[in-house]
Amino acid sequence: MSDLTALTAVELQAALAAGETSSVEVTRAHLDRIAAEDGALGAFLHVTADAALARAAEVDASGTAGTGLAGIPVALKDVFVTEGVPTTSGSRILEGWRPPYSATVASRLADAGTVLLGKTNMDEFAMGSSTENSAYAVTRNPWDHDRIPGGSSGGSSAAVAGRLAPLALGTDTGGSIRQPAAVTGLVGHKPTYGSVSRYGLIAFSSSLDQAGPMARTVLDAALLHEAIGGHDPRDSTSIDAPVPTVVEAARRGAGGDLSGLRVGVVRELGGEGAREGYEQGVLDRFAEGVALLEAAGAQVREVSCPSFGLALPAYYLIAPSEASSNLARFEGMRFGIRVGDDGSHDVDEVMALTREQGFGPEVKRRIILGTYALSAGYYEAYYGQAQKVRTLISRDFSAAYDDVDVLVSPTSPTVAWPIGARVEDPLAMYAADLCTLPASLAGVPAISVPCGLSDGLPVGLQVMAPALADDRCYRVAAAVEAALGAPLTDRLLERAA
Amino acid sequence: MSTTTPASGAAPALGRQDIAHLARLARLAVTDEELDRFAGQLGAVLDAVAQVQRADVGDVAPTTHAVPLTNVLRADVATPCLPRDAVLAAAPAAEDGRFRVPRILGEEE
Repeated sequence: MSDLTALTAVELQAALAAGETSSVEVTRAHLDRIAAEDGALGAFLHVTADAALARAAEVDASGTAGTGLAGIPVALKDVFVTEGVPTTSGSRILEGWRPPYSATVASRLADAGTVLLGKTNMDEFAMGSSTENSAYAVTRNPWDHDRIPGGSSGGSSAAVAGRLAPLALGTDTGGSIRQPAAVTGLVGHKPTYGSVSRYGLIAFSSSLDQAGPMARTVLDAALLHEAIGGHDPRDSTSIDAPVPTVVEAARRGAGGDLSGLRVGVVRELGGEGAREGYEQGVLDRFAEGVALLEAAGAQVREVSCPSFGLALPAYYLIAPSEASSNLARFEGMRFGIRVGDDGSHDVDEVMALTREQGFGPEVKRRIILGTYALSAGYYEAYYGQAQKVRTLISRDFSAAYDDVDVLVSPTSPTVAWPIGARVEDPLAMYAADLCTLPASLAGVPAISVPCGLSDGLPVGLQVMAPALADDRCYRVAAAVEAALGAPLTDRLLERAA
Repeated sequence: MSTTTPASGAAPALGRQDIAHLARLARLAVTDEELDRFAGQLGAVLDAVAQVQRADVGDVAPTTHAVPLTNVLRADVATPCLPRDAVLAAAPAAEDGRFRVPRILGEEE
């Protein structure tokens, strides 16, 4: 076989089914590449090499390799708890912790016969857009090692774009799957809120967190989506509905015919009068992507969603507020590190010292902001008001979907920026989420698909659909991908050749 | 807190003392250097997020959750839970089958 790490999951599936390779060979190829490249990339926090080879051998012996995702390696963002495998959520406070149970999505992937390669780096507790807030490592963008891989799922994006893994899971609270996918030339999908289990996903902002797939092609992402989706009685916010038929939609979209589909271009996200902060190269690639949709037969019109301009301030009140509550559980008593327990400090002091040493600056900033927004006398003015804005944003989506089937925008206002450029300026970092936040707040599905390069760096096009219509995202994304001819990450392969 | 209740969209400044108070409420032992840095950074963030107060929300109901859900109850049947030893093995300190924690009550209590 040629280089197994150059194959998509669908190609690996075919090669495994045809007996042209084995899961052990595929797994070893990826582990070898991790060993060779990850010192420079920093995508993984923990590699489960021995367990992966043992698992691959089991799948080979069972004769199921090539059935569904059986025998195909995957990487998991370190926000998913994995029984017996170190899980940190990118934080010192969980250093050395080996969870006693596994997240539902991790169990489902294991049951499907996938092979876990390891856990990927992330912004601490998924708070960030560059992965620089990780307590452990800097992750680099495979397109340019001096630039960020996006965040917070930046380890997953670097791993898949860098061919260290064919597939990875990320989580998206305000754009943490879509933005890293966009800036590394990948496909990344945030499913409808509630359609993928959050059980065992270390919580950041519970009303927004959602797990989803990251892959080099739309069809690969769809296969991973179907493997993790569906109702889970262990998650009380889980929707009891069938998983949207995203694989079928991806195949249909690849045919390139979007006749009759109504597409709305959101004016407030990079349109006339709303271009501040958007790079021209991003707007150009996006406009070309929209032209491709028109050429495929879609009816394109501009749509106004006036409240989307308030998504950023609303999000940066709601998410920190929920985080300040969720992160109260990290107090050094039941899991993770404990600091100052030398007999001279009482329990409150030990908690404060543990949290001081265990949390990084962005986590502390958000806990303080959230504590403020929820405190007596400020609750209505901040948190309460933000929740009302959230209603306005949902209404904008509902009104738009009366006239169109999907909404499109750039995924991120800029391409990947240089490492270090925004570290000391939280507001500049937050601006990376401008286009992804509305779908997060409304709980609707959204995908990012590559739509070309600007100055040699990937640009993503975002497709948003109504709740539970995730299949529309995949169909439109597959049409864009087909029109561009080949996965964008193939350019990285050509460059390496 | 020394800040005033926000009105007409103007965000109150967050001073070092306010940050120290909030950090205490959140059980964070922040350093002096962090107090200085966070006061400036959080002031800028607060100015930005205070824009939500300019929204005309009238009698709009708040959205707490993207998907409307009623409370979910499971059947009242005992199901297996995590093994105690596995949970305690992952704890920072354990003793006699329980979590060991620092002193909770003061000398006089």
